[in-house]
Amino acid sequence: MKRDTRLAWINGLLLPLLNVLTAFAATAVLFLLIGVNPLEAAETLLYGAFGYSEGIGYTFYYTTNFIFTGLAVAVAFHAGLFNIGGEGQAYIGGLGAGLAVFMLFPELSPWLMIPASVLGAMLFGGAWASVPGYLQAYRGSHIVITTIMFNFLAATLMVYLLVKVLREPGQMTPQTVLFPDNAWLPFVHDILPAFGLEMERSPLNLSILLAVFMCFLVWFFLWHTRLGYAIRVTGLNPHAAVYGGINQKKIIVVAMCISGALAGLVGINELIGYHHRIIMNFHLGYGFGGIAVALMGRNHPFGIVIAALLFGTLYQGGAELAFEWSNISRDIVVVMQGLVILFCGALEYMYKPTLIRWLAPVQEVRS
Amino acid sequence: MSEVTTLNDMWMTILLTLDATIRLSTPLVLAAMAGLFSERSGVVDIGLEGKMLAACFASASVAHFTGSPWLALLVAVFISLCLALVHGFATITHKGDQIVSGVALNILVSGLTIILGLTWFRQGGQTPSLSGDGRFFSIDLPGAELMQNVPLIGSLYKELLSGHNILVYAAFALVPVVWWVLFHTRFGLRLRAVGENPKAVDTAGISVNGLRYRAVMIGGVLCGIAGTYIAIAHNAQFTRDMTAGAGYIALAALIFGKWRPVTVLMACLLFGFLQAFAMRIEGVQLPVVGVIPVQIIEAVPYLLTVILLAGFIGKAIPPKAIGKPYVKER
Amino acid sequence: MNFAIELQDIDKRFGAVHANDHVNLQVETGSIHGIVGENGAGKSTLMSILYGFYQADSGSIKIFGNEYQFTDSHEAIAAGIGMVHQHFMLVDNFTVLENVILGAEGGQLLAEGLQAARQSLKELEEKYGLDVDLDATVDSLSVGLQQRVEILKALYKGAKILILDEPTGVLTPQETDELFKIFAALKAQGVTIILITHKLREIMAVTDTVSVMRRGAMVAHLETPMTSESQLAEHMVGRKVLFNVNKEQVEAGDVLLSVKHLNWTDSQGVPRLKRINFDIRAGEVLGVAGVSGNGQSELLEVLSGITPIQEGSIQIKGQTFSPKEQANPAKMRTMGMAHVPEDRHKQGMVMEFRAAETAILGYHTDDELSNGPWLKPALGRERCADLMQAFDVRPDDVELKSANFSGGNQQKLILAREMEHNPDVLLIGQPTRGVDVGAIEFIHQKILAMRDAGKAVLLVSVELEEILSLSDRIMVLCDGEITGQMDAAKADERTLGMLMANAQQAHDPLQSIASGEGQS
Repeated sequence: MKRDTRLAWINGLLLPLLNVLTAFAATAVLFLLIGVNPLEAAETLLYGAFGYSEGIGYTFYYTTNFIFTGLAVAVAFHAGLFNIGGEGQAYIGGLGAGLAVFMLFPELSPWLMIPASVLGAMLFGGAWASVPGYLQAYRGSHIVITTIMFNFLAATLMVYLLVKVLREPGQMTPQTVLFPDNAWLPFVHDILPAFGLEMERSPLNLSILLAVFMCFLVWFFLWHTRLGYAIRVTGLNPHAAVYGGINQKKIIVVAMCISGALAGLVGINELIGYHHRIIMNFHLGYGFGGIAVALMGRNHPFGIVIAALLFGTLYQGGAELAFEWSNISRDIVVVMQGLVILFCGALEYMYKPTLIRWLAPVQEVRS
Repeated sequence: MSEVTTLNDMWMTILLTLDATIRLSTPLVLAAMAGLFSERSGVVDIGLEGKMLAACFASASVAHFTGSPWLALLVAVFISLCLALVHGFATITHKGDQIVSGVALNILVSGLTIILGLTWFRQGGQTPSLSGDGRFFSIDLPGAELMQNVPLIGSLYKELLSGHNILVYAAFALVPVVWWVLFHTRFGLRLRAVGENPKAVDTAGISVNGLRYRAVMIGGVLCGIAGTYIAIAHNAQFTRDMTAGAGYIALAALIFGKWRPVTVLMACLLFGFLQAFAMRIEGVQLPVVGVIPVQIIEAVPYLLTVILLAGFIGKAIPPKAIGKPYVKER
Repeated sequence: MNFAIELQDIDKRFGAVHANDHVNLQVETGSIHGIVGENGAGKSTLMSILYGFYQADSGSIKIFGNEYQFTDSHEAIAAGIGMVHQHFMLVDNFTVLENVILGAEGGQLLAEGLQAARQSLKELEEKYGLDVDLDATVDSLSVGLQQRVEILKALYKGAKILILDEPTGVLTPQETDELFKIFAALKAQGVTIILITHKLREIMAVTDTVSVMRRGAMVAHLETPMTSESQLAEHMVGRKVLFNVNKEQVEAGDVLLSVKHLNWTDSQGVPRLKRINFDIRAGEVLGVAGVSGNGQSELLEVLSGITPIQEGSIQIKGQTFSPKEQANPAKMRTMGMAHVPEDRHKQGMVMEFRAAETAILGYHTDDELSNGPWLKPALGRERCADLMQAFDVRPDDVELKSANFSGGNQQKLILAREMEHNPDVLLIGQPTRGVDVGAIEFIHQKILAMRDAGKAVLLVSVELEEILSLSDRIMVLCDGEITGQMDAAKADERTLGMLMANAQQAHDPLQSIASGEGQS
């Protein structure tokens, strides 16, 4: 095999695989440390995630969120931007979805109401992300710091709105009134019987179809549109972008806007699909989780679906583990996310020099 | 009610708010100084939060088992230092992305502390509350009792300056030390140089990586102290995500203070005051403005940082080489 | 003889690049030695090895007769070597004093070291006439003064040998004069100076001996008084094996590109283009000759719309662009201009992209390749396959990553992309740089085919023979100025070499210094 081909294999397959395996191995070591047999844990976990239909429902419900935020982080990555503000964008997206519902006529057909709420979520999430994008492109502020600050701003804004402005009258809990039922996205367990299938009740709703559709859309957008092409050139080689007549500033704002819109869709799955009202902290952890999903999925929609499914499985399976072992909770997934980001992101090239030395050493070029 | 008592009440309210400001600023000061070392050397430290949280958990656990706050401090510092070394390994040795690495540590720690807490204490991820020994207690400065009857100054001395624990005093004493190290020692000169132009340092025959490792390690130590303060001095146990964004606020203060020790201290005090103020006015009817929503005040540090970074008020110019791994070979 | 530096058989590779190919060099103590060569000839690498910044793969270094194995700059500094890099190694927000003592602070605390340094720096300043305010911050100093700080830094650390890498590239003529006066003072005190440059005039003006490097190897060692600028220029520029190109006479048509009074100054305030005026007609190749770094890159960037116009105008097919009516690359493309950039990796392609994606860079908004906002990847692949066939790109795999093609095939793909789009005006920078011999002939034929098809071609190259064999007219750039324009039929290497070195320049402040120094 030629050295170039070997290098392509190392970079394209071997390295990412080794990185993910390292993250898994580190998790296994943690299980051993806390006195849990990793194999037993894996079995329990898989049973919890896929062993019964309610579990499956939950698994895919969580997967839906991870797909949205994973796509969000990936689109920004393709433009060379690190969007760490998925948390805030998801939160504000939920607000947009809810406000769309409250502002429209309660008797509006669900066929209009639900698309309107999707639009609201995307608009709000996108607008929230476009501000840091704008500040990066035109004012030179660092997008990472600004998006972090915007996460906190989103959190305080939502607390204020839910406590002071939108709270259900007469209730102590900071949440809004229930949405009218024409703004409820149907549950999968309500739909399946029409196809002669049975499923236990679970929060899984039709947002998952939206997520799959978005994967396709993002793939199509990045690889089949002018704008997507421009985004990828900008992210990979800014000099070539200038040479190619691409307006980088515009691209930064647009990419952030799309990224935020995708993150905002978490609000659809959580609020329109399940809680049916705006509640506090429905978004917690999904924005950061999206970073792990995007890194593991190599920023490709297909990889993101796989990675999101993995984290969805862990999320639901983690809950099952908690029944079995009192010292495990769903936080094990958070640990795993951290490890994935560490090994697939920060330490991405840790094995590279070794692998190259072993498998594709530089041949002497004759002079 | 006489005029005097109202005035007195107001004075006490002010004093108590300022007192709370000092307590709330302490971890910010420590973490911001940690970030200052790291970022002045050119390594972005988003991981302040994670290192502090790990130190919170470590100190609370050790204090629970041993009853010794000093041993707790030592272990917390060690744990935080280890995390700093991971960050260094990823970003200095392997030239990994500094932000990704910091985010990874924050997320990792936020999950790991709960899992370990569950394993060791089975209290939903918390550590048992410390009673008595395991904590750092407040120190009464000499003469505080005697002075309290001296009008104004006496109460100022007793309520504001006296009665904090050792870590508070240490944090504030640290700032002039940092300033001195940064601007009056060889290490400080080289540290500032490596964050501005690592090639200049390298061509002068000084190891860039060595300097950056040392800076990151100092950051680890200081985050360890900050976490210990939060868990076993300010509070008496570890609870889930108890740092509550203090690391990010410290980061904001670092930017707001333009990476200079004294101005960073001011920024920490300002942000600490805003927190203290928000707590005090919660639900209180103020003259003229009425009830101010707490959230608006809480949002001020973040808003200020965004506005500053956008160059609308002054300009925060970061160390020039920040965020860029140093690669020598072409 | 008493040598300050003896390098023997120095060899260094960066991956597959042979940066230094068994290089030998001897420099006499107390002399000024020049090293000339094109960009990428290996001069800077050699000096970095001498300075301990890189380690040679093999070979030996002797300084004042003692053999050394430098593992870092510290050891080279200790051996008496100081270096002034092309890009200054200064900390901008530090004072001059702080910059000078960095790495030689003389103790853990600064106060004492600063005091001692201030004293000895004052002495150095006096001794060598190096005036500079020690308490000024570096970013408040002019480029010329910053360079003095670099020289002070080296001398303060005890340098007996001073290496200067392209020291005049960023200087004004006045500052250059000052620098050369400093050289004279240093030489008088016995300091050995190595001057790396590609400005031949300076070599002639100040050096005692000169070495020429090309493609990593030393190709000549000469006594400066025994040589001439044109001889040096001939040594420097490559002589690639060129095949005979059959050039038919074509009647030049209308003016397609007209450039008037173009001036351009870089961010450091150094003028890079001065009063550039020229026209190119349909069916004509205008060759731009010159030693690299004399304004060619800036010219291409301004013409293609990448860099805004500061002064002057560019007229293309009746449309005029000026500081008020700025061009941009997209607009220029729609005006019928195509651009093959000098640095294909930096600008011309995206290494991570598949060939089919690199093949549409700059044309992704074309109606042929997209339908409104939608791209048509199938058409892109088809286009790429056509390009590959037309230009014999191998392997002809449209899905292969751009980085995995050889240099020649990458270049052919870019040329194909720009040429097959049927432009009226074609800008080409270094068409055969890093291209294997086989592809060179092919590329040359394609360029001539464009000319024969009635296009206006601007060809920038540092290869003189390439310019001579392809151009109808030749324009020589030196230091941002057009030093000559002529018919290619009347040009030869010797006259071009003279123009590239601007040897006929009437006013030459350097001459006086050189002769003045000769008397002492």
